[in-house]
Amino acid sequence: ATPPSPAPAEPRSSSDERNQSRINPSRESMDASAAAAGGGDGTQRTLNPYVTGNSVIAMKYKDGVIMACDTGASYGSTLRYKSVERIKEVGKHSLIGGSGEFSDFQEILRYLDELTLNDHMWDDGNSLGPKEIHAYLTRVMYNRRNKFDPLWNSLVLGGVKKGPKGDEKYLGMVNMIGTHFEENHIATGFGNHMAIPILRGEWREDMTFEEAVKLIEKCLLVLLYRDRSSINKFQIAKITTEGSTIYPPYALKTNWGFAAFENPSKGAVGTW
Amino acid sequence: CRGAATGSTRTTAGPAWPSPARTTAWSPPTPASPSDTTSSRASTPRSASCKADKCVIASSGFQGDIKALQKNLAARELLYQHQHNKRMSCPAMAQLLSNTLYYKRFFPYYAFNVLGGLDSEGKGCVYSYDAVGSYERTGYSAQGSGSTLIMPVLDNQLKSPSPLLVPARDAVTPLSESEAVDLVKDVFASATERDIYTGDKVEIVVINKAGTRREYIELRKD
Repeated sequence: ATPPSPAPAEPRSSSDERNQSRINPSRESMDASAAAAGGGDGTQRTLNPYVTGNSVIAMKYKDGVIMACDTGASYGSTLRYKSVERIKEVGKHSLIGGSGEFSDFQEILRYLDELTLNDHMWDDGNSLGPKEIHAYLTRVMYNRRNKFDPLWNSLVLGGVKKGPKGDEKYLGMVNMIGTHFEENHIATGFGNHMAIPILRGEWREDMTFEEAVKLIEKCLLVLLYRDRSSINKFQIAKITTEGSTIYPPYALKTNWGFAAFENPSKGAVGTW
Repeated sequence: CRGAATGSTRTTAGPAWPSPARTTAWSPPTPASPSDTTSSRASTPRSASCKADKCVIASSGFQGDIKALQKNLAARELLYQHQHNKRMSCPAMAQLLSNTLYYKRFFPYYAFNVLGGLDSEGKGCVYSYDAVGSYERTGYSAQGSGSTLIMPVLDNQLKSPSPLLVPARDAVTPLSESEAVDLVKDVFASATERDIYTGDKVEIVVINKAGTRREYIELRKD
């Protein structure tokens, strides 16, 4: 959405004005430079992400869908926020997990709030299921991409809703350019490279919750070891026909007691 | 199949990254007799969808645009059915696809399409497109990242005569259904050898008077 154009200049005290242009560029000059950057019409577009969240991993299991991620959000190479919730409930039937630009994720949560509020106001017993929300998000992401102003996220949408064939589990993902699909297991970011091979090898239909947690923890551990921006504080969430649960954050046990780490200079004299 | 949907690592200021283009190939044989009419199309999954009366589109390119384009066509096809009380013929869909693509001539759908099916006489037809809608009815075609690897093989095997000949000669050597399917499997196996974006699985759709049949072949298992 384009930002509102600057309000007509209200009378400001002279000290305000001087402070404004000294400390912060004035709104007008910021808009002017944005206009120059964005093609002369004053609109802005996302060029880089700033505060970013890491991978999200999710998979279907016997009773529903399980989703997990760490609770960190980085500001470039700085680990800025360590207690961020990147999995949220949407309506009664779905969970959304977001990686990428965190402010864009919050914006998407606001859009979804509007959707669920609408549902609530209709008050007709009907509610949006995960498939519908995934389709909605796909349209939003794709259209923003077409306007060259993307929401810089990879979103994972999972849930369970009663359908014509009974309880139907659904898991899908959509990313910042509008690529979207449905699968039995999903991972975003580095998870694509490190978690997906594990999931492809070990995921089974009808896993119990305990088995699913074990598999997801295996993936989270690999990411913890190998993804430099991940932290040892994870949240697991599950959604079933009974409802959704987002568990409190916890840490995984890591093992650094490898022989090669214990005496690193053994094989190379003079190194440290 | 999911590998086909992830983007390449080319970065630009705008996020118009194409996903690695999958390969699509068509080769309908001319019928030995009218009842033998078959056409076969092969592509990696998630690019095929059924439209109209025995007409299938296969698309290669950016998945977001492909989905949007196919959704668009599906909606227009439904509208046609409501308005004309019949399904769209393959040549009609061919024209619609061309117009839809050209509509976005100055911000194109990054999709390279091949349309295949049976025309109103029941003969196999193949239409091949570029991203902005220019199209041609041919005997066979390939699009996508492996097309440069596949087309020469098809040209050689299907003995395409020179397009400069007058009168124009029919492009296609008569093939039986099994010969055509075997040829498609062979060209995809060849493309998979050298094209990193082609592989995992190929979906082969065979359309003839009897109906529509789908076959999946695993690739890159070596």
